[in-house]
Amino acid sequence: MSQGEQVAVARASDSRRPGPLWTFGLLRSELVTTFRRWRTLALLAVLAGVPILVGIAVKIETSDGSGGQGGGGGPAFITQITNNGLFLVFTALAATLPFFLPMAVGVVAGDAIAGEANSGTLRYLLVAPAGRTRLLLTKYATTMAFCVVATLVVALSALAMGALLFPLGDLTTISGTRISFAEGLARALLIALVVAVSLMGVAALGLFVSTLTDSGIAAMATTVGLLITVQILDQIPQLHALQPYFFSHYWLSFADLMREPVYWHDLTRNLGLQALYAAVFGSAAWARFTAKDITA
Amino acid sequence: MAPYESDDNTPAGEAEDVRAGRRTAARYVVPAAVVGVAAATIGLVPAFAGSGDPDLPKISAQQLIEKIAESDVQQMSGTVKISTDLGLPNLGGLQDSLASGALSQGAGDKDGSAADPSSKLLELASGTHTLRVAADGDNKQKLSLIEKAAEYSVIRNGDDVWAYDSGSNQAYHATGAGDRHGSTSAPEDVPATPKDFAEEALKAGDKTTSVTVDGTAQVAGRDAYKLLIRPKQSGTTVGAISIAVDARTGMPLKFTLTPASGGAAVVDVGFTEVSFARPAASTFDFTPPKGTKVTQGDEMKGHEGKAQPKGMEKALPKGMDERAEGTGPKTIGEGWNAIAVFDTGSKGGVPSGAASDGGAAAGFLGSLGDQVKGKFGSGTVFSTRLVNALMTDDGKVYVGAVTKDALVKAADAGK
Repeated sequence: MSQGEQVAVARASDSRRPGPLWTFGLLRSELVTTFRRWRTLALLAVLAGVPILVGIAVKIETSDGSGGQGGGGGPAFITQITNNGLFLVFTALAATLPFFLPMAVGVVAGDAIAGEANSGTLRYLLVAPAGRTRLLLTKYATTMAFCVVATLVVALSALAMGALLFPLGDLTTISGTRISFAEGLARALLIALVVAVSLMGVAALGLFVSTLTDSGIAAMATTVGLLITVQILDQIPQLHALQPYFFSHYWLSFADLMREPVYWHDLTRNLGLQALYAAVFGSAAWARFTAKDITA
Repeated sequence: MAPYESDDNTPAGEAEDVRAGRRTAARYVVPAAVVGVAAATIGLVPAFAGSGDPDLPKISAQQLIEKIAESDVQQMSGTVKISTDLGLPNLGGLQDSLASGALSQGAGDKDGSAADPSSKLLELASGTHTLRVAADGDNKQKLSLIEKAAEYSVIRNGDDVWAYDSGSNQAYHATGAGDRHGSTSAPEDVPATPKDFAEEALKAGDKTTSVTVDGTAQVAGRDAYKLLIRPKQSGTTVGAISIAVDARTGMPLKFTLTPASGGAAVVDVGFTEVSFARPAASTFDFTPPKGTKVTQGDEMKGHEGKAQPKGMEKALPKGMDERAEGTGPKTIGEGWNAIAVFDTGSKGGVPSGAASDGGAAAGFLGSLGDQVKGKFGSGTVFSTRLVNALMTDDGKVYVGAVTKDALVKAADAGK
């Protein structure tokens, strides 16, 4: 806590100079605090571990040379990893997107306001002439930065593992056409960005929940609980009329970037839906936070 | 010290609390407004997009059919959406196994490759699917079934026919597609494109049918004429068939079959996106990636000519009539009221495949149908929204796109 207060004081003193650079200073200090937490580093380590596990499992299963593909089980693209190590990136993202990634984002977003309130540092943050709106935007930007970093950690870990265990080279898209390795890499980067943007909705939801309570743990648990509930509801066929509006419904549409030509229909829906969630819960968080009594 | 607003307001009076409450409520108007605008956009945009049928010069039904016949689209690519709602009982996985059992009886194939086209076809028989089609001349065609994070493609490039199932990472290869009697076995004749559905429907057009031009419509962003085909006979379950024909190229863009009983279309196939530019040459190149299991078409015994694209013909709705191919059905009636009759030779009123599984399966199947009695004896009627089948207790099966009564009448007459 004392460390947090020091940082908060540092932030407050940093912010004496007004102007755009000042906002940047606030953002920078937020980023540093977030990424220096052990909790954040542990989350990133878990995320980096998933592709390593998947890669080793696939390698062991196919090491007898039989190419033992058994049907369509497992995460998307898993059967193509033996064709090209780059597919491990897509498999790892498909494996982490339903749960690991949004859970990590839920932890960071849920902690954003409630965690500060919990440790008593929120009032120090507001002592600086930051303004609540600006602080909220900074918190959201930090959470989104975490989304991008978390996704890239998964992608890079998977790329390293794929290069180590499997052949690389020209790859076959799921439509059966061939693209060069460079284009494959570009698509992998694009997919990682789409995955990061897919988490925008959860991040806004987590931030809103975070403004509702003064307990960081409660905010994290609520966000992750909502995430699991929505994922379950998305599996119930009777609710198919509602499902297109669930933030997780189009998550796997990033796979459409591996078609040739790219099938944009679900991708654009996903991006639109994420923007909508961000707008609704972002403004709800603003409504709540700017009018809230800060007692801690 | 910098000023800050709402800290230390615990001793503030009630009036201030009320004001703060109002301020919070006022701020929540913003997210509510965002939700409202989004809901309005989602609700209204399709309504506006659907309005405004294009103004096109008047045309007769005859001219329109000629336009379709003359249509010679060599290069195109597009996205096709297929929705089928046959009203089959929802049995989950059981339905698949029963249906594939029935299909393999007719076609006589039993092989393991997931990339084998015939194993994919039944998926199209229910629900909504998205397909992509591309063609460049007579020798290059491609058809892809878009699945969740996977795709199933059938690619024809000259003599080679490849099928690639990215979900299971298996490929299927057959050669000599060019040698086979071209027009019937090439993937272009897969009745999955609106063109093939339209041709099927037009073939049925004779004295029993009224064909009219029913205004215009926008399909996949193109101006189209709507051709309306209605049966003149009564007793059929087919209500109407509507075909949207591209005004410029004469290519059918949308095919809709509505049942006589009303409600949603039984089959609805239409382009959601179409382009008449030449697709990239790489679209039709396929080399199986390393690690992909390739099944050669020639390796499969008992398949021969039937193997590759011909299996595709078994899609709807033609497949429904042809399923009985192997047993050599008789046909009663003409036009829309045609009823196929075949003798399964087995007593008990259930298909032989299921009957061999024992009485439990027979009882189960019987529970899906309605018991009927007539001069012919008694039997079970299995109905869907389009096709009804009567299975008599002495092993005869009557199938047709006709009502139950018509089936019973046919069975009585056959006695």
